[in-house]
Amino acid sequence: MTIQLAAFYFFASISVLAALGVIGLRNPVHAVLSLVLTFFSTACIWMLLQAEFLALALIVVYVGAVMVLFLFVVMMLDIQVAETREGFVRYLPIGLGVAVVMLLEILALIGIRAMQVVPPANPARVDGLSNVAWIGQALYTEYLLPFEVAALILTVGMVAAVALTLRRRKGVRHQFPSQQVQAKPRERVRLVSMPAECKEEPKS
Amino acid sequence: MASDLLLILWTLAKILAIVLPVVLAVAMFVYWERKVIGWMHVRLGPTQIGPLGLMQAFADVVKLLIKEMIVPTNADKPLFFLAPLLVLTPALAAWAVIPFDQGLVLSNANAGILYLLAMTSLGVYGIIIAGWASNSRYALLGAMRSAAQVISYELAMGLALVSVLVLAGSLNLSRIVEAQAGGVLHWFWLPLLPVLVIYFVSGVAETNRSPFDVAEGESEIVAGFHVEYSGATFALFFLAEYANMILVSFLVPILFFGGWASPFPETWGWIGAGSFFWLFAKAFIVAFLFLWFRATFPRYRYDQIMRLGWKVFIPISLAWVLVAGVLKFFHIVTPGA
Repeated sequence: MTIQLAAFYFFASISVLAALGVIGLRNPVHAVLSLVLTFFSTACIWMLLQAEFLALALIVVYVGAVMVLFLFVVMMLDIQVAETREGFVRYLPIGLGVAVVMLLEILALIGIRAMQVVPPANPARVDGLSNVAWIGQALYTEYLLPFEVAALILTVGMVAAVALTLRRRKGVRHQFPSQQVQAKPRERVRLVSMPAECKEEPKS
Repeated sequence: MASDLLLILWTLAKILAIVLPVVLAVAMFVYWERKVIGWMHVRLGPTQIGPLGLMQAFADVVKLLIKEMIVPTNADKPLFFLAPLLVLTPALAAWAVIPFDQGLVLSNANAGILYLLAMTSLGVYGIIIAGWASNSRYALLGAMRSAAQVISYELAMGLALVSVLVLAGSLNLSRIVEAQAGGVLHWFWLPLLPVLVIYFVSGVAETNRSPFDVAEGESEIVAGFHVEYSGATFALFFLAEYANMILVSFLVPILFFGGWASPFPETWGWIGAGSFFWLFAKAFIVAFLFLWFRATFPRYRYDQIMRLGWKVFIPISLAWVLVAGVLKFFHIVTPGA
């Protein structure tokens, strides 16, 4: 067994255990952290496949940003641990159905891969580029239009989310930093010169 | 198999050769910080332990290690102890891709900058978990502030890095340094001046340092996310914060000031030759800026931090990606020339 294979089994077993933890742990915060661990060990497996860009993007985007916000929501929700346990039997058939469909899909994918006599070569290796450089070139030349369309859809989604949640309340006091910066001491403080007032010094 | 084991042992030795100096540098940096801020306040700073007070940091470490570790009631105990480790590990792991000299780097990764972004984004978990597991309102408030701030400034930092890699044409940190070869005027600080400012200020904000230290905010929320930590666990938070500061101090010269390149022309003999000494000297100056900021600026108000990050830094760094592209396309800046 090579070191790479040992590393694969190590990361794979951690990600399977962590994935079980996501559905098994009682505390929702623990479950979210377990999901983070699942993502992280999956990224490690992708790193073993020399898919550096995907692995690091998974960590930067999902672990570093999406899951942080998710963790916040769960921390703020104050979910009762007992409540989340209810309805296990009721949702079991739906869960099983989804699991069976996913298993079939995975098996089909493996079957198609097995039928290919010669597995396709790593395109980055063929062009003699690093994984990151190759993905960059492919995205910005060959797949530029789909890439831009995807970016546009994401922007539309973001604008829609902002538009849905934006409420204009009355009576909110705003600050205008540009005006604050332009303020001059003369407009705020008026210096008035006036004769000194003092009691007559007692003459000794 | 035997050669694999040897490789692992050799890599471990190299990791130790980086981590031990970093920890030592943290100790001396704490001493230097107290000295510098002391001088700026017209005080003396630490003077009592060792010559010139040099051993002060080590005395503090010993004091922290022998202090009692207090766990709050109803704290989530495993997570409470996991949190400081989760802060420290990414702070030390990020050093793996820092090139100290030509070829003197632990991992010459092609995706170096992405790796750095990944590691800095992981550090926020330790802070959130610390805030939540402490079962304290102040700690949770500090964790929330810190996470919101880190996520906001990570965007500005990432976009600032994009203009660097547009000019350098590589994510590999060694290549980025090589792309700046050719003297002071070829370093990226000149074409990327606004980005340099944005990157450094975002770095200060990412490390939760003054004037962006609302996550600690002594006057409002006592000490923020680490209010319940004492003894060795607090020492780990402290170590991670300073290791991150030194990391940013090394990254600014690597990305914008030519890394290990000498500021003098190459014809000047050994003064003009590139060496790790120059990188260390530049990093020392940047690290000094952190302390200077802390002694000079009052703390930012929370909403103004958000405004600065989202409404000022992100638009400017986005626009500068375009400028960097134009500079490169029309060969106004030719990397590696």
